[in-house]
Amino acid sequence: MALIGRDTGDVPVSPPDDATRRTVVFRRVADFGRSNESGFWKSAGWLAAALPLAALTFTVVILVVKAWPSILVNGGGFLTGSAWKPGNTYGATAHTHGVAHPLGSSYGAWALIVGTLQTSAIAVVLALPLSIGAAFALTERLPSWMARPLAFAVEILAGIPSVIIGLWGVLTLGPFLAQHVYPAIADHMPDVPVLRYFRNPVGHGEGLATSGIVLALMIVPIITATTRDLFVQVPALPKEGATALGMTDSEVARRVTIPWVRSGIIGATVLGLGRALGETIAVAMISGAALNTIAPNIYGTMGTIAAAIVTQLDSAYTDGTGFAVSALAEAALVLAVITIAANVIARTIITRTSRNGAPVGRAL
Amino acid sequence: MPRRHSDPSRTRGRRFRERIFRGLTLLALVLVVGPAAWILIGVVARAVPHWQWSVLVTPTSGVGGGLSQDIVGTLVLMLGVLVVAGTLGVLAGIYLSEMAKPRRNGRPGAVLFRSATEVLSGVPSITLGFVAYVALVVGLHWGFSLLPAVLVLSVMVLPYIAKSTETALAQVPTGYREGAEALGMSPAYSLRKIVIRSAIPGVVTGLLLALAIAGGETAPLLLTAGNTSSYPTGQLLHQPIGYLTYPVWTFYNYPSDQAHYLAYDAALILIVLVMALLIVSRVIVARTQRHSEGGGG
Repeated sequence: MALIGRDTGDVPVSPPDDATRRTVVFRRVADFGRSNESGFWKSAGWLAAALPLAALTFTVVILVVKAWPSILVNGGGFLTGSAWKPGNTYGATAHTHGVAHPLGSSYGAWALIVGTLQTSAIAVVLALPLSIGAAFALTERLPSWMARPLAFAVEILAGIPSVIIGLWGVLTLGPFLAQHVYPAIADHMPDVPVLRYFRNPVGHGEGLATSGIVLALMIVPIITATTRDLFVQVPALPKEGATALGMTDSEVARRVTIPWVRSGIIGATVLGLGRALGETIAVAMISGAALNTIAPNIYGTMGTIAAAIVTQLDSAYTDGTGFAVSALAEAALVLAVITIAANVIARTIITRTSRNGAPVGRAL
Repeated sequence: MPRRHSDPSRTRGRRFRERIFRGLTLLALVLVVGPAAWILIGVVARAVPHWQWSVLVTPTSGVGGGLSQDIVGTLVLMLGVLVVAGTLGVLAGIYLSEMAKPRRNGRPGAVLFRSATEVLSGVPSITLGFVAYVALVVGLHWGFSLLPAVLVLSVMVLPYIAKSTETALAQVPTGYREGAEALGMSPAYSLRKIVIRSAIPGVVTGLLLALAIAGGETAPLLLTAGNTSSYPTGQLLHQPIGYLTYPVWTFYNYPSDQAHYLAYDAALILIVLVMALLIVSRVIVARTQRHSEGGGG
């Protein structure tokens, strides 16, 4: 505590003696640091705060540059076709629009895009009512000595690494569902439009339904935690007033509590959707990781963009022209655009309507 | 109107619906907590019968041996993330909370940085991993190695740390800042000595949760860290580094019991690691809450 910044006039607390004179250089440095401390914080902070923007720009630039050959050659067919054909990577090279690519290669991500949207839709449809119900039970129904450990259990679910959830999904949950649950549903579904989608064959538990269920489990903690915080923030007076007017608990929930925080719940749901769209490892393990297939029924195997990237990148590098990597880059670009759009929509909804309860996108 | 409300059949219907509603909320909670317990118990039940402590100290050889190089690798990666993302994330959080706010309207930079941070937190980790693979591992010829892995994990958790730091700083009582200013401290000095110190529990909690996320990540590591059966040497480039999620992802569908045991062992170690981080952060939160109540605000 020799000096307290420039404002106090640089008065040393003790007079200089031999010991301090020897360290005069260090003192000069420390002195300089102290007097410029504010500037240091500002510039270091600015640099650090600019990093996410730099990383984001870098990501988008690299993706666009890498995807450009694929965009030129595949054109709109990339978004509408479902053939993912690397072509003959050891054979002749063809040229389209000046881009070299293996003969017979053509890429269409339609099946992957559909798979991504399907699994995420199932996840959200399952997760939303579960989360609202669970959040309601945690905040309104259970005593705090029960609610607290249960809320921690939900937090733990958010913390379990996705590869472990995938392991459980493919070795435990999938076979269980395929043996005990799916047949019970599939055998009793009538052969009419829509419901036909739920009929046999049920497969072995790898596919669309299991992926959707597992994704639902992964986004439930995000939506539950946010909804719980929102429910706690609803003032007691309107709820008590509604009860005094003779409403039952369920009516209070439906007419007062949920409408009060509806936009926050929507925002949290879309954030969960963003996570479901981008989830990779669990889906790669459970979906069957197909490339060209749209699931024929709800139990069928399929693939998503994220799963395709992680499973195909190694073999893509065997393509000497680099065209396969370019196609994957375009797929990654499509995924990034879908996910970022979902996130931006969620943030807009949240910030427009509520100041609190805006969660961060990742799990936990 | 009063007649309709006292209609007994209608009252019975409402009571019935009320009971259904209560049942459904509890069922929802069971359906959320149940799978969490199922996953944890399932992994523990499959790992424990074949558990050997030698797994912790033996490196992997083929599909057998242990997981020690992956354990060390995961710890090294987490340390790297703590250094890189911890420093930068906390700095970014301080900037966003303390320096960008008062003149937010005058500075488009702050708003831009904040939204970029939020958008980055929504970018899938596989996209970041793909970019790191294309640009760093292959593009710059770094190879599968420690540096690109730490960088991609850091970029992934940076928004999270920045956000939790910002939140922690926002919760520092205004009285602390005013008191510091009244004592004549410069803003930077009071930031270093007063504000950050009282925000440390929140910052540390955010860091621990970020480490839990980084330690449990798989997809970006597959594309940046590679895999190996030797210990990390501290070399930043051109040398693959092991991590615990790799054996789970690779060995679960090998046709050998030995490989399955390794996959479940790795899953068990990961769960213990993540749970430890979660519980420690929980304890920190609980302790600071008690202190702030005891201190009278």
